[in-house]
Parts: sequence; C-alpha cells; structure tokens
Amino acid sequence: MSILIWLAVALIGGAGSIARFLIDGAISSAVGRDFPFGTMVVNISGAVILGLLTGLALGHDEALLAGTAAVGSYTTFSTWMLETQRLAEERQYRKAVVNVVISLVLGVAAAAAGRLIGAQL
Amino acid sequence: MPDPAAEVAVPSPPGPAGGGRAAGSRLVLPRADWQEVAAIFAGGALGTLARAGLAEAFPHSATAWPWPTFGVNIVAAFLLGYFVTRLQERLPLSSYRRPLLGTGLCGGLSTFSTMQVEILKMLSAHAWGLAVGYIAASIVAGYAAIHLATALVRRVRVRR
Repeated sequence: MSILIWLAVALIGGAGSIARFLIDGAISSAVGRDFPFGTMVVNISGAVILGLLTGLALGHDEALLAGTAAVGSYTTFSTWMLETQRLAEERQYRKAVVNVVISLVLGVAAAAAGRLIGAQL
Repeated sequence: MPDPAAEVAVPSPPGPAGGGRAAGSRLVLPRADWQEVAAIFAGGALGTLARAGLAEAFPHSATAWPWPTFGVNIVAAFLLGYFVTRLQERLPLSSYRRPLLGTGLCGGLSTFSTMQVEILKMLSAHAWGLAVGYIAASIVAGYAAIHLATALVRRVRVRR
C-alpha cells in the first residue's frame, strides 16, 4: 500500500477528531453537560454513516479512508467509557446505565439502518 | 518547542471578564484556540494511524473476535482515564495537553462506529454468543480500564 494512503489516513483521522470535538462541543453547550448527549450524538451519527458505507460495499482503499479513518476517528469509545465511569463515580447510576444501553441499542440500530440504506443506493 | 510554563492557563481573578467561571471548569485561553484545534488534529492523526495500521495488519472474519478494535478501545480507555485524571487533578491547567492526548490521541485511537458495525455483522451471521460476549467484554474491560487508570493516578497523588 502506498505511503500516500497512510498520509491520507493520518490527515483524515485528524480532521475526523476535530469534527468530533466541534459537534460534541456544540451539542453539549446547547443541551448542557448533565448527560453526555454530545458524545452520544457523535457516536450514533457515526454508526449510521459507517453502516451506510458498509452497505455501499466500497473497495479496500475507499473503505479504509472513509470508514476506518474518517468515521472511525470521528466516533469514540474511550470518551463514552470515561463519561460513563464519571457518572457512576458521582453515584448517578441510572444515567451511567442509560448512557451505555441507549448508545448500544441506538448504535446497532443506526448501523443496521445505514447499511440498509447503503445497500439500496 | 515553547516553554511548557507559558502554556499554563491561569484562572483569572473574579471580575467582569472571568468571574463567572467556576473553579475547576476547563479554562482555555481564547487566543490558544487555534492551538487546541491543532493539538486535536495531531493527536487524532496519530491515534487513527495506529488504529488503521492494526486493523490492516490483523484482518479478521465477521464471526471472529475483533482483536484490533477491542485492543485499541481498551488501551485508549486506559490512556484517557490516565490522562484526564492526571490533567484535571494533578497537573496545572494546560491549553494543549488534554486536546492532544485526550480528544485527539485517545479519541482517534478508539472507535465506537466500527464496534457497532462489527456487532451488526455478528448478529447478521447469527453469532449471538459472540456478539453478546463482545459487547459485554468491551463494556466491562473499557469501564475497568478507566477505573483502574483513575485509581492509579489518585493513589500516586495521595502518596506524595
């Protein structure tokens, strides 16, 4: 694989991370930080886009750049877990459980819906 | 490389400009915003390279345990727990460390969307046990990694 592909992976990964930062920040400042809606919106929207890309059955390089690099860097597992642990630490157990369960249910549903749409295109 | 001390954001004294912010809230110098974005870009690029490299090096079928994603997610969770706790509770406020290491590196290294599509593919292949095991292991190990890293940083702090 060419060095150009990997350079693109790095650049797209950096851009995806900035997109996550901006959207998370916009959502969080709009609805407040009592519950991590920002990360949830980022992750669910990323799941639907990656599902769509999966449905499109892209070539190897296209899937690497658009899926693994762009959408992969846009979504985050680590912040999702950090926010869940911090909620539990503050004894907000219900919110912590809701954050895990809703993200998972909506995440898989979003990926399924995206794949369905992608397969129709 | 600028002097690290110059990067420290000092909480402004109560007054019209900075009096409204509670102590402990993230204080970022307005003029450092470009630096924050650049730090996120650099960290995100590095984290994404590592994750994509592992995904390419260890391809797997839809019904096999997704070690690359599982591995980067748990490692990123541990690192994020470590960085965030250390930066919030241990080190002076910094305008670029959290965006570089947390938002950038750990955010770029870990991924939620790939995990969801992997779960979807397991379910589509009727690999129910694998899907449930993957979900449970990711949540338990990810949570434990944050908890462990947090405890580790705090224990060091108490000892000093």
